[in-house]
Amino acid sequence: MATGSNMPLLLLAILAKVGVVLLVLLTTIAYAVWLERKVVARIQSRWGPYLVGPHGLLQPVADALKIFFKEDIVPTEVDRVVYCLAPFLAFSLALLSISVIPFGESVTIGGATIHFQITDLNVGLLFVFAVTSLGVYGVALAGWSSNSKYSLLGGLRSSAQMISYELSLGLGVVGVVMLAGSLSLREIVEHQSGLWNVFVQPVGFLIYFTAAVAETNRVPFDLPEGESELVGGFHTEYSSFKFAMFFMAEYANIVTVSCLATLLFFGGWLGPVFGPPLLRALLPVFWFCLKVFCFLFLYIWIRGTLPRFRYDQLMAFGWKFLLPLGLLNVLVTSLVLAWRST
Amino acid sequence: MFGSYLPILVHFVVVVVVAGAIMGLSAWVGVKRPSREKLSPYECGITPVGDARGRFSISFYLVGMLFILFDVEIAFLFPWAVVYRSLGWFGFIEMFLYIVILLAGYLYIWKKGALDWTR
Amino acid sequence: MMLPQIAFFFLSAVTLISAVMVITRRNAVHSIIWLIVTLFSVGGIFLTLHAEFLFAVQVILYVGGIMVLFLFVVMLVNLDVALKQAQFNRQWQVALVTALVLMAELGYGIYRGHQGFTLAQVTATPMSGGNTQAVGLALYQDYMLAVEIASVLLLVAMVGAVIMAKRKIE
Repeated sequence: MATGSNMPLLLLAILAKVGVVLLVLLTTIAYAVWLERKVVARIQSRWGPYLVGPHGLLQPVADALKIFFKEDIVPTEVDRVVYCLAPFLAFSLALLSISVIPFGESVTIGGATIHFQITDLNVGLLFVFAVTSLGVYGVALAGWSSNSKYSLLGGLRSSAQMISYELSLGLGVVGVVMLAGSLSLREIVEHQSGLWNVFVQPVGFLIYFTAAVAETNRVPFDLPEGESELVGGFHTEYSSFKFAMFFMAEYANIVTVSCLATLLFFGGWLGPVFGPPLLRALLPVFWFCLKVFCFLFLYIWIRGTLPRFRYDQLMAFGWKFLLPLGLLNVLVTSLVLAWRST
Repeated sequence: MFGSYLPILVHFVVVVVVAGAIMGLSAWVGVKRPSREKLSPYECGITPVGDARGRFSISFYLVGMLFILFDVEIAFLFPWAVVYRSLGWFGFIEMFLYIVILLAGYLYIWKKGALDWTR
Repeated sequence: MMLPQIAFFFLSAVTLISAVMVITRRNAVHSIIWLIVTLFSVGGIFLTLHAEFLFAVQVILYVGGIMVLFLFVVMLVNLDVALKQAQFNRQWQVALVTALVLMAELGYGIYRGHQGFTLAQVTATPMSGGNTQAVGLALYQDYMLAVEIASVLLLVAMVGAVIMAKRKIE
């Protein structure tokens, strides 16, 4: 623990790290939206954003500015406090879980050790799940406070979906925890130095990834915002930046679950490392970002390809297929592990 | 201990300040031309009918209750998974019994149709 | 004052204030939001005791699970009607007397028996190998019967939930 004398210095170091991570995350969110528009457009034989900047690269900036200056409509008969609290909660919780994600191996340059991580928690994985489980409040409170039928229905559906798939999300990773014997994300990655977990736990990965897509309310599980039946779902009544905050929260959650998938199943920052010391220090971070990018691309690809589920199909899939499959995966993994150790 | 949670606290404060600032600024900067129609709840262009809050399907409560039960189960799974290697066969048999008991309940709720959304 | 103590007093204050807010709000959804704050700060107190696992479980189960169910129930209550109803706290004299008697009893008990029970000391450093490991070993070696009984309890709860829901439909 820090003593009184170097406390300000420590705080400053933490602040700097937090600032950099948040800046990178927000930029990633903005360009994930751009990437999605581009890729989905190409899948549908269109060009996507092209006018603002080369290849529409400045489109996120233009969008952000435009939405920032839009009229902020607060409809009559909404519960004002809760109405403002909901997007705020959704956005800040979505940005919170990035704090335990390790981006690369710790490196020592000139006596100072740099951890590519805001903090390494002993219960890092549970922390991410805890923050994810709070995400349902943004949706449910938004739906309730808006005093609109579409919002309430969308919010209810969305929260029922999120809690249902949270179970499979947790069950999918139990096998990984069993293998690593730890909940620290750093230790889980270090344990995969021989073989990535995806080869040992393919079923666990599929359960996790499917549940993650549903948990982030993405196609084909984007029932809550099924525009043909529910207008916009829980954020029907939101406008201006409050709407943008839900939007950004969704993408931040996608980035988080992609990071987690990389860490838990694809060896995190592990990859070939070579060359001079500086390159050696930065290559792990590069591998991590590359893997996360692949996941983001996969997300967009899925969106461009698959149609939407029906709501009863969605609930049945979560409760009648993923949940028992997750339990079975836990039992089989533990059986094999016990067999091998004797 | 506090050393590893302090960064999270800092991160949290920064996020809250940033989110609050953006939200407040945007609401303050944006133009405001309210009208009665604009401020009424959206209902495809017609005048809103009745109150938005009403009675809903019991399925939502049921899903909520079942979620808590299985969530407790998964909370029990995590400490078991962490120490599984040192428990060995003993741990396997323990968890096997645990999961079998729960599977009995699972089959019961499946048979009773609690997992069917449309009834 | 030490940092852990500051954290403890801050979290206790938040817990108490938000608990008072829970019972004084007329809007049930606001009550729930304050209850979430209460449960969250109780989780924070677990953290000051180095019980990281308990903190995570407190947030996941209580805040992320049970409170969601509460919210589901309250969300669909017609609040406009509930707000217009008169508050039925007319028995506050009885409540006050009961609370005072209970307080006196507790005070007497502590006064008479304070040598008898010792409060557990907070470990200065977290357990080696991590809190979750310690919980896991305790649960699955020393208290294995309790864990199995817990699963039976969950089974009973599952059956109960279905039966209750069924009755309401019919």
